[in-house]
Amino acid sequence: MAVPALKLDAAGGLLAAWPEPAGEAQWARAARSQAERWLRERGAPARRDEYWRYTDPTSLTVEPAPEAALLATDEVPVFQTRETHRLVFVDGVFSPEASTPLEIAGVEIVPLREALAADIHWVRDIFGQIEAAGQVPVERPLAALNTARAVEGCAIRVTGVASRPIHFVYRRAAADADALIHHVIRLDAGADLTVLESAAGAARLNTVMEVEIADRAALHHVRTQGRDHQRRAVTGLFARLATESRLKSFTLTVNGRLTRNEAFVEMRGDNASAHVAGACVGDGDFHHDDTVFVTHAAVGCESRQVFKKVLRGSAVGVFQGKILVRPVAQQTDGYQISQALLLDEAAQFLAKPELEIYADDVKCSHGSTSGAVDETSLFYLTSRGIPKKTAEELLILAFLDEAIAEVEDEGLADELRDRLAAWLARRR
Amino acid sequence: MLKISNLHVQLEEEDKVILKGVDLEVPAGEVHAIMGPNGSGKSTLSYVLSGRDGYEVTAGTATLDGEELLGLEPEERAAAGLFLAFQYPVEIPGVGNLTFLRTALNAQRKARGEEELNAAEFLKIVRAKAKALDIDAEMLKRPVNVGFSGGEKKRNEILQMAVLEPRMCILDETDSGLDVDAMKLVSAGVNALRSPDRAFLVITHYQRLLDHIVPDVVHIMADGRIVHSGGPELALEVENNGYADILKSAGERVA
Ligand SMILES: Nc1ncnc2c1ncn2[C@@H]1O[C@H](COP(=O)(O)OP(=O)(O)OP(=O)(O)O)[C@@H](O)[C@H]1O
Ligand SMILES: [Mg+2]
Repeated sequence: MAVPALKLDAAGGLLAAWPEPAGEAQWARAARSQAERWLRERGAPARRDEYWRYTDPTSLTVEPAPEAALLATDEVPVFQTRETHRLVFVDGVFSPEASTPLEIAGVEIVPLREALAADIHWVRDIFGQIEAAGQVPVERPLAALNTARAVEGCAIRVTGVASRPIHFVYRRAAADADALIHHVIRLDAGADLTVLESAAGAARLNTVMEVEIADRAALHHVRTQGRDHQRRAVTGLFARLATESRLKSFTLTVNGRLTRNEAFVEMRGDNASAHVAGACVGDGDFHHDDTVFVTHAAVGCESRQVFKKVLRGSAVGVFQGKILVRPVAQQTDGYQISQALLLDEAAQFLAKPELEIYADDVKCSHGSTSGAVDETSLFYLTSRGIPKKTAEELLILAFLDEAIAEVEDEGLADELRDRLAAWLARRR
Repeated sequence: MLKISNLHVQLEEEDKVILKGVDLEVPAGEVHAIMGPNGSGKSTLSYVLSGRDGYEVTAGTATLDGEELLGLEPEERAAAGLFLAFQYPVEIPGVGNLTFLRTALNAQRKARGEEELNAAEFLKIVRAKAKALDIDAEMLKRPVNVGFSGGEKKRNEILQMAVLEPRMCILDETDSGLDVDAMKLVSAGVNALRSPDRAFLVITHYQRLLDHIVPDVVHIMADGRIVHSGGPELALEVENNGYADILKSAGERVA
């Protein structure tokens, strides 16, 4: 079927808006042009595309990026109270001055620009490769754009147990910044790393994180997306897991005009485990979309998708989640739950849960629900003297907790709970 | 303390009248029991007093120390000193029992203009009261009522009552689901709270509870009304003969 001209034009427009990266190694150029070709052939996302029916991509594909007012707040930024290795980006541009020096035991950190100009084999094996593998069966044009043009980001290799988390801090300075950030992360066998991401980053932020997790290694990913009301974000997490490796990814989203968080996770080694979770809270013209694909391509792997959305006013939540079990993937254990708490009549939750199973010895379950706050619970709490607003907040936090509980580090999980409680209380 | 006059209540959703003129007065320092056949309106009365949605009061009043209750929000009634131990305590996954209790206690203290308790002060109070009711620390940490046995849920209701120290306590079938030992613990918990400035309204089907919590007055409710009131011996009569005779003679008196 011919690709509509509008999609092709939009793709051309997106590519033209960013300078072609120069001075890079041959292998990097090859990865770039593969992504560029892909995008030129398939076009930018459009409402008619199967996985964009519930989310209008227009504001993600128009040039220039729509403006987003900066959030004025004096609150302490998230994850600032703990010891982390901070890598700061301002409007999508790496700021070495604001960052911790790039030295940390057991971890190699190279700014993406440098990594693509050199010949670093582990970057070469990942950059653009895991993302390209994630384009099938579902197209991810904005991730292809990112691979074709992003020069900001970090390449990180972990050989042992990292002594502290790496924290990507995405600050904003201009109301109209458009940003592409691309990280490449490689965990060697037995390595262990926590990656934190926080703040809004840009008026329109497009991030891609390509992750290779070798045997018995574990990546913990915890992200909070900035509360700036008008900001837009599209993110892609592309992960490949080897034998007995683990991935745990959790995202907390509060506010934002449009957020599309995509994840593509492929378990290629036996007995791997992948958990992808998200909690979001939004009001009014908030639109939040989680589109998650988990592929079981080896024996005895376990996966969990846990997504919880609290929607007020006319906020919209979208969940598109798939568990794909390939014929080899016997003894698969797959679980998926997506739930929305609709606090107002106009709020909407659109869910497309999918199971595609080609093996026979498989345990897979999925569920999707939406509903209002439980009146009986609310009465019980208020009958004990708890004001209705507070009772509602307790129930909202309780509702989100199954997702937050996916954060393994109790300290981090508690910090997220406290933040959420504070943000909810501000509305009173 | 609690004064209910001519209370008429129907369901909001459907055209069903449940309370048809309840008159009841419970003075401070006293324990009153309500007995009555299934479906006579006992739980409905307790819900209407504590402010649950879904009921429409078509006539009558209910006051606590002279203050009209029926227009208040449930949390305002609680702060005024009203407490209902639920016939069916509600499970709330994701909300810790301790968080719940502390939020409730501090909200009430705040509403009354009292200082809020910090975590340590609060824990000290709860631990002591939980111990008396044989509720262990592990149960306190669990989500509210989730996975609790029937008897554990009822003990948890009484723990909440003991911590919140309400002035007017309504117990809706707190004895159902309790084993003999738990019944003694719960009764002891209630009796420990008895005082000249507190009152109890105990809804029950069984005289056995009233052996432990000896009432000053026993009321019989039938078809949405208090049809008969008497001393503790009335409970024994119900236990032995059922409601038929009482209802018959009450009917004759009404007629
Ligand atoms: N929400 C409701 N919808 C429909 N009917 C109701 C509702 N609430 C109460 N009723 C009806 O009102 C009547 C009184 O119920 P209530 O629960 O108050 O009785 P009760 O005296 O507490 O009974 P029991 O001894 O069985 O606990 C019953 O016939 C019951 O079915
Ligand atoms: Mg009842």
